[in-house]
Amino acid sequence: MSFEYAPAPESTAIVKIKPTYGLFINGVFVDGEKSFSTINPATEAHLADITEASAADVDRAVRAARVAFGSWSKMRGADRAKYLYRIARIIQERSRELAVLESMNNGKPIRESRDVDVPLVAAHFFHYAGWADKLDYAGLGANPEPLGVAGQIIPWNFPLLMLAWKIAPALAAGNTVVLKPAETTPLTALLFAEICQQADLPAGVVNIVTGAGETGRALVNHPDINKVAFTGSTEVGRYIAQAVAGTNKKVTLELGGKAANIVFDDAAIDQAIEGIVNGIFFNQGHVCCAGSRLLVQESIAETVLGLLYERMKNLRIGDPMDKNTDVGAINSAAQLAKIRELSDAGEAEGADRWSAPCTLPEKGFWFPPTVFTNVSQVHRIAREEVFGPVLSVLTFRTPDEAVEKANNSPYGLSAGIWTEKGSRILEMSSRLRAGVIWANTFNKFDATSPFGGYKESGYGREGGRQGLEPYLKAASK
Amino acid sequence: MSEHIEVRRTAKLFIGGAFPRSESGRTYEVKSPEGKFIANAAQGSRKDARDAVTAARAIQPKWAGATAYNRGQILYRIAEMMEGRRAQFIDEVSPWAKSAKKAEAEVDEAIDRWIWFAGWSDKIAMVVGSSNPVAGPFFNFSVPEPTGVVAAIAPNRPSLLGLVDTIAPIIVSGNTTVVIASQDAPMAAVTLGEVLATSDLPGGVINILTGSYVEVAPWLASHMDVNAIDLSGVDDEKIAAELEKASAENLKRCLRPGTELDGLTRIKNWLELKTVWHPRGF
Amino acid sequence: MGLTTQAPSQTFSDETRTNASLTKFLHGLPGVDQVGADERAAMLSTRSIKTSAKAEGIDLAISMIDLTTLEGMDTAGKIKTLCAKAMRPDPFDPTTPSVAAVCVYGDKVAQAKSYLTGSSIQVAAVATAFPSGRASRAVKLLDTSDAVAQGADEIDMVIDRGAFLEGRYMDVFEEIQAIKVACKSAHLKVIFETGELRTYDNVRRASWLAMIAGADFIKTSTGKVSPAATLPVTLVMLQAIRDFHNAGQRKIGMKPAGGIRTAKDALRYLVLVKETLGDAWLTPDLFRLGASSVLNDLLMQRKRLQTGAYSGPDYVTVD
Repeated sequence: MSFEYAPAPESTAIVKIKPTYGLFINGVFVDGEKSFSTINPATEAHLADITEASAADVDRAVRAARVAFGSWSKMRGADRAKYLYRIARIIQERSRELAVLESMNNGKPIRESRDVDVPLVAAHFFHYAGWADKLDYAGLGANPEPLGVAGQIIPWNFPLLMLAWKIAPALAAGNTVVLKPAETTPLTALLFAEICQQADLPAGVVNIVTGAGETGRALVNHPDINKVAFTGSTEVGRYIAQAVAGTNKKVTLELGGKAANIVFDDAAIDQAIEGIVNGIFFNQGHVCCAGSRLLVQESIAETVLGLLYERMKNLRIGDPMDKNTDVGAINSAAQLAKIRELSDAGEAEGADRWSAPCTLPEKGFWFPPTVFTNVSQVHRIAREEVFGPVLSVLTFRTPDEAVEKANNSPYGLSAGIWTEKGSRILEMSSRLRAGVIWANTFNKFDATSPFGGYKESGYGREGGRQGLEPYLKAASK
Repeated sequence: MSEHIEVRRTAKLFIGGAFPRSESGRTYEVKSPEGKFIANAAQGSRKDARDAVTAARAIQPKWAGATAYNRGQILYRIAEMMEGRRAQFIDEVSPWAKSAKKAEAEVDEAIDRWIWFAGWSDKIAMVVGSSNPVAGPFFNFSVPEPTGVVAAIAPNRPSLLGLVDTIAPIIVSGNTTVVIASQDAPMAAVTLGEVLATSDLPGGVINILTGSYVEVAPWLASHMDVNAIDLSGVDDEKIAAELEKASAENLKRCLRPGTELDGLTRIKNWLELKTVWHPRGF
Repeated sequence: MGLTTQAPSQTFSDETRTNASLTKFLHGLPGVDQVGADERAAMLSTRSIKTSAKAEGIDLAISMIDLTTLEGMDTAGKIKTLCAKAMRPDPFDPTTPSVAAVCVYGDKVAQAKSYLTGSSIQVAAVATAFPSGRASRAVKLLDTSDAVAQGADEIDMVIDRGAFLEGRYMDVFEEIQAIKVACKSAHLKVIFETGELRTYDNVRRASWLAMIAGADFIKTSTGKVSPAATLPVTLVMLQAIRDFHNAGQRKIGMKPAGGIRTAKDALRYLVLVKETLGDAWLTPDLFRLGASSVLNDLLMQRKRLQTGAYSGPDYVTVD
């Protein structure tokens, strides 16, 4: 008797995508001049036409935010809180719709958007709502002040979650925002705009401008924004840091990573295998903090790899809308090309490539879960961020060597440690130069937990009390 | 008894706990605002900056690894050593002070400032860090850590207090620093180097360059092994913007000039925050 | 490829020489992180089993049931009804598979055998002073021999949890070995009562202890202690079975028992087996569900799939 899972597709009927979307400025959707198509990366099907915001559109949005800042920043914190609580509740009410739309536009499995992304989005708004009337305790002394208008630019890997990380603390602190979602994943941000309308959020407090690099540039360089918050590539982060030089704009940057996931020979091995899999194949590896470098102690390398390969054979790759899918589609053709290029380089440089046996759909952008062994620190796949389901395996002999190899990167976003020895966890976690350390777990996020990088992974923190600070300044004397 | 002819001191750089002359062999004349010759100070160069960064990097893990209690005691010791040289410091800041009283006040404040920052060493983590109640079976905490090597341009005036206010908040948490002292009035900085050398401070934690920041700072701003840069002493907006731009190459944490900061915020500028997760289970 | 740093010898003779060597071996097994194991089990329980998969899964699950009655009030009548139900779970639908076995106390084995005459359904007897296991070795052996003599095809023994928790692993090991001998050709299932062992580390150690002592199946619970079977405990045991097999050893069977009440529960166990051990273990020879009430829910779900309408308890037999 066989027991093969039948297709279990989540219905997309819950989502009503409009043929075209304008820009969300001053509480209403307005038209722009140019537009671009947004697609479903799993099928390449056209989903909607999205307006490309020009510099003039961005200016309109910033001006709306500036006007709104006057009253929003003066509103009682307790009242701002109520709006944010409202938004959190509407997100919970419309969670399935948001999850489905996120998976359609992003390519991530519905299981993840349903069980991870959207619940965290609601939690983030809920958490920061409660801060709005408690800002005296944010760490900047009594009566801290908001910065003003925040220009926020977010990536395509967690479209709605990154929106929440940006908007919730900004609004709680009394700022108004102009947010640009990623070019390939604008739809949930536009649905969020509707949620702002349903919540009767005052016009201009949240403005959403869609577009690509040019739109982002116009936002970053707009003279009347007080703050830039960016999540994305280190390359763009560097551009932003340069662009704001000499201005008074405050900046937080959450950039790339090349995290080491370190497995010691005394690890709880089955959970370590899950941690490795979750570390690199969660969200197709489109995760800045992905555990893309497996550092495994030589004495158990063979055992770990054997179990890892067996485990990877069980990964279910395919239709993101299928509730049993583990690994979905690559977000775009461009990203797929980049993953292919780096993987080919890995092979060319002499590393051994192994991919989980799987049938990939014909339409859409797909890459099989892949492991490179015999990787050296000098290989590109050991140094550059692939941002895809590609794991590089390196070995170490001693804890010192593990630390040295893990830290040997310009990045410093996250790291994983797998060992049953408590003192080793604490010593390792203090010596690893990274902003988030997962010990005996990986890829965990929480609204109360500060997240952000060391070194070229950026600066500033998002989440928790510390995530509020980048949107506040001390009371003026 | 013949009259004692003053033995003058050679004003040198302070790098890695030693007092080298500038590798460039250059010096510049330090003069009082009235134009009176005071000394020939070492004119630090690109290579001096490079050596200083190397020294700062080499000792950084050890300094960060020292206990907070130990760092606090060393900062306090600096105050003790400064107190012993109080007259000399007053003498050295006097030419630039509006009055003798103001000179004394600056030195006293600088000494007291070390004590204030010393006390912070074992309190930063309590105030800045947190234990985070995540929604799941995990213990989750956030701790501050030093960012690494911090380059700094100390303000031209007040030459001593400004220098202390720049470097004390950098090193108290475990960072090391390469600081360019007041160009016009470097003598107190030179003396501070001598104080530091006798304060149990490991060599390389504070490295003091004298000379022109316009010449040397760009090398620090573009240095890929420097993690952060304090531009609060830069008095030229255009140069500050250029330095900030250069520092973006490796995403240095950057403090712009003209930022009014309280002491704790000064410390926080040079901290990273690390969040650690661990499951809770039997 | 074994999981321990020292590869165990094929017969485990070195490991089982003394209590010290056995302790060293068992304590040298990799730890189990509770949160991680719980997470993995929870993730697998989100698998959505629909349409054809559900139909296959339901029939598979029915065929894997050890239909159980272990009550002081068990009577010949009760055993008779149970056996009838085991052979023809749904009297209105002959395509319904029969269950794998009935599981009874030792004194009911002969009755069960007689009621099952002509069927291939096995009779399993709980033995060894079930459920507490608090009796002398001699009594436990006699308990076992008696059930075997009455015709039991399978013996479900309990380990001495007291000895296990005291670290007297060798005593537990020898007892399993002795019972195995007493079983003769009957299959031996070793019950850990994981609800009393409490930690997953203990569950993994008990699994290895039982497997090297000769168990054919390892089983979570008696059904008399809460918590009984859980998904993560079963996952940990399945992983031990996988590692034992990867080490070149026999295929060991698995039986979660107790607390499995709904068809959804049963399907979740099948998912766990499929994604931990693979399809090779999806057979009544290697996987059993110790339960009773789950059968009716499986039958109702089966009807629901066939007719499209939800069924109700009045349309399945209450035994």
